[in-house]
Amino acid sequence: MSVDTSKVASSNGTTAASTSAPTKAGAAAAWADERLGLAAVGKKNLRKIFPDHWSFMLGEIALWSFVVLLISGVFLTLWFKPSMGELTYQGSYPPLRGIQMSEAYASALHISFDVRGGLLMRQVHHWAAMLFIAGMMVHLLRVFFTGAHRKPRELNWVIGSLLLILGTIEGFTGYSLPDDLLSGTGIRSMNGFVQSIPIVGTYVDFLLFGGEFPGDSIIPRLYTVHVLLIPGILLALIAAHMLLLVYHKHTQWPGPGREETNVVGYPMLPNYISKMTGFFFTVFGVTALMGGLLSLNPVWKFGPYDPTKVTAGSQPDWYMGWPDGALRLMPGWESHFWGSTWSWNIFLPVIVMPGVLFTIVLLLPFIESWITGDKREHHLLQRPRNAPTRTATMVALMTLYAMFWMAGGNDLIAIKLHASINQISYALRALVFVAPVIAFIITRRWCIALQRHDNETLLHGYETGIILRSPEGSYAEKHLPLPEESAFTLTVRDRGADEVGPDDEPKPGGKKTLRSRIRTLYYEDDAQKPTLEELEEAHEHAEHEAHALAALEGHQADGHQFDDHYHEAGEEPLRGGH
Amino acid sequence: MSSDLTSPEAAHDGHELNAHTDALLPNPGLEEHHWRPTDVDPKAEKRAERQVATFFALSAICTVLFVLSYILVKGGPDGPVWLGWGASNLALGVTLGGALLFIGIGVIQWARKLMTDVELVEVRHPAASSESDRAATVAALKSALEESGIGRRPLLRNSLIGSIALLGVPAIVVLKDLGPTNHDVEQTQPYAGAGLEHTVWSRGMRVVRDVVGTPIRPSDLEIGDLVNAEPELIFGKRDGEEVDEDELLEGAPLQVAKSKAATVLLRMDPDDIVSDVTRNWSVEGIVAYSKICTHVGCPISLNERTTHHLLCPCHQSTFDLADAGKVIFGPAGRHLPQLPLGVDEDGFLVALSDYPEPVGPSYWERNTYSVEDVFKGWAKSNAQAAEEYGYKEGGQ
Repeated sequence: MSVDTSKVASSNGTTAASTSAPTKAGAAAAWADERLGLAAVGKKNLRKIFPDHWSFMLGEIALWSFVVLLISGVFLTLWFKPSMGELTYQGSYPPLRGIQMSEAYASALHISFDVRGGLLMRQVHHWAAMLFIAGMMVHLLRVFFTGAHRKPRELNWVIGSLLLILGTIEGFTGYSLPDDLLSGTGIRSMNGFVQSIPIVGTYVDFLLFGGEFPGDSIIPRLYTVHVLLIPGILLALIAAHMLLLVYHKHTQWPGPGREETNVVGYPMLPNYISKMTGFFFTVFGVTALMGGLLSLNPVWKFGPYDPTKVTAGSQPDWYMGWPDGALRLMPGWESHFWGSTWSWNIFLPVIVMPGVLFTIVLLLPFIESWITGDKREHHLLQRPRNAPTRTATMVALMTLYAMFWMAGGNDLIAIKLHASINQISYALRALVFVAPVIAFIITRRWCIALQRHDNETLLHGYETGIILRSPEGSYAEKHLPLPEESAFTLTVRDRGADEVGPDDEPKPGGKKTLRSRIRTLYYEDDAQKPTLEELEEAHEHAEHEAHALAALEGHQADGHQFDDHYHEAGEEPLRGGH
Repeated sequence: MSSDLTSPEAAHDGHELNAHTDALLPNPGLEEHHWRPTDVDPKAEKRAERQVATFFALSAICTVLFVLSYILVKGGPDGPVWLGWGASNLALGVTLGGALLFIGIGVIQWARKLMTDVELVEVRHPAASSESDRAATVAALKSALEESGIGRRPLLRNSLIGSIALLGVPAIVVLKDLGPTNHDVEQTQPYAGAGLEHTVWSRGMRVVRDVVGTPIRPSDLEIGDLVNAEPELIFGKRDGEEVDEDELLEGAPLQVAKSKAATVLLRMDPDDIVSDVTRNWSVEGIVAYSKICTHVGCPISLNERTTHHLLCPCHQSTFDLADAGKVIFGPAGRHLPQLPLGVDEDGFLVALSDYPEPVGPSYWERNTYSVEDVFKGWAKSNAQAAEEYGYKEGGQ
């Protein structure tokens, strides 16, 4: 296929490239290719096509935030001292002078006050971390809501989920490092969490802390985890994530000319490389502005960690809020058997529950294809409304997350609303169970209503907003058929469960299998797209109507009397004969 | 081109893209491409070029300003303040942000306005390899297995698997020296109050104020007063005298001691005390409890004066100090341990013993008894000795 570039901005050059006398750049490329054989890879990938849609940018936010984290993180390591050795602060921040603190905290103060741009980089690092995790979460939602997790991309979904949980742990280890009062409170809570693990909890805790809490080992150990172990794994997983993306080629929305078997969009070089580069600078620039304008984690205000102190309103970073909320809502259940203690009140909400929920998220693509029986490859995205149960499931999970997250701020809500913290907590205990169910039902019905609306517009056209009165005196709204492209786009979807995948044979007794029953529920009440007959019938009907209204065509009674589209003066009046 | 695209099996022997999300209507084909103003109007093109170059120039200006701010604007606590912001951080952040952002905007603008915007079509191939590739790979694997003899020599295979699996054991064993276990520190007592069962409190140790370390007389407290307290040893003293070097707590042992020994004192009307145990261990209505929450170990500090309730700011567990520290709200599973109080011959508050039960969060090996049983156990071994500091049942 040839591209008509005749009119593209002349700065792009108007003649096709041709072999010409070797240039210096050409010679360099030849030198490299003779050693690396890059041309074969380049031929395939330099003009690789990427489809365009704003929602495909969300994952990129996470990617570039990670790069910003690497850059700003390396800067911070030049001054940060991961040591719990104690010293008396004699630095430039007067309120803390003469106070005993760890070297870690003193070096965090040094970075904040004495290294020019140090505070900026600390804040850039912290903001980028929040953006990194937020970007991953929103990207995850986009992928799931549009069905981009289906075959052949299930493994990339698994990698993405691992990135999310590792990113979260990376965030926790990071904000624990400055050894200020707030971060120390977080570490102390972690000590309690680990101790709650049955049988091995105390051992793991003592090995982790190098003895009793707080000891003098936890900060250096978390530092190694934070700057080496997890970033290494993150880098490897991100590389795998991107490689699979390139191999599968990006999904695209259905539309005219867009099919399962092709990918329509702009080439990697020059468009995507430029846009991605531009977007990297944008993300870095935005985090730099945030670091300059929005104060974050002012460790000097919290003071050094002291195990006898705590501040009211102690909150973890936002992405740790939901397990903290679960911890707050859990009733104080603790069992004692044969001289041992089972701390359900801690173990269940912060160790078991996040693990279980994370596993569910990791397995979502496999659960879905088990239910639907869909074993086909998918490269066209689905609108969320066209998979009502899937969409409702994710909204229910989001609602559950939101309830836990709110519970993580129950003290702040109580203060702001002047409400009783006890009642807020009791209400949230119920809402954690009830709200996801309500959200599921509403979302599912909402999706089905939108599906029906799509069918309406397909069959009867879109609403023009023009009310016509017939000679008999009845009123009707004028509908016009959808443009060809939009109508086609609406009809690119499966019809019913049987088109997606096979159902189970009934069991010998004639009873349906569990999967079969779940599958029936999964598809229940889905509004299928119209059949060809329905479509033809509707079009026939529309022609009739058009015929009936033809008398009014070009007539003044086309509805424009009521807007400002009167073309000429002296035309016939609304009423009255002609 | 469309006929080629819809029959990929031509290229891929039998492995085809099999999602047949069928459309009801015929595919109208790619939308017509529309020329942008910058494609057809040389003026618009020149204007776009100038815009992009302006963004790059703005970035360069910001970079220069960044370097100037770095040199000229003083940072730190005594640096200048602009509009409530620390000047150095503000200037560096805004100029760095501008320097990066303007490049980003410029490049994206270039891509959008001036680079070719014709959408291209690429054929998609199935993720799976072709049947022949698959067959060749399977054959290669088979002959490799064959040649290695791994299937034919179960003795070699199984002993190899066994010996590699056994290597997992040293991987775990070498973690042992990450730290002493609770059992180790309980046995060896490398510092005062080592292990989860103990704190540095001991019989006759003065209860002193947090931060300043001054001892407390019962008469120093009004009804309703809450005092954050520590054992005197934290401040390197015993009965007001400096302790010997070998008893002095420093570094990690000091932090460990603080993390377990922190205590709150509350003076209430003795008639408000509900629990007999609480009364037994009180002095003139003054009760002492562990400040370390039994949930996950935050120091508890929010006192509700009218109710004698103590609230943990981390997860809102609430304890009733008039009633043996029992949990009245929140996720904590156990009451707050109470420190038995007495008075020494100088009239200062002292502990009658260490905490009668482990303080802080629960752990697997922890045994749990009711408040009454804890008291009985304590009374059996401590009551007589504690009389030295004025202990008597029903409080002092």
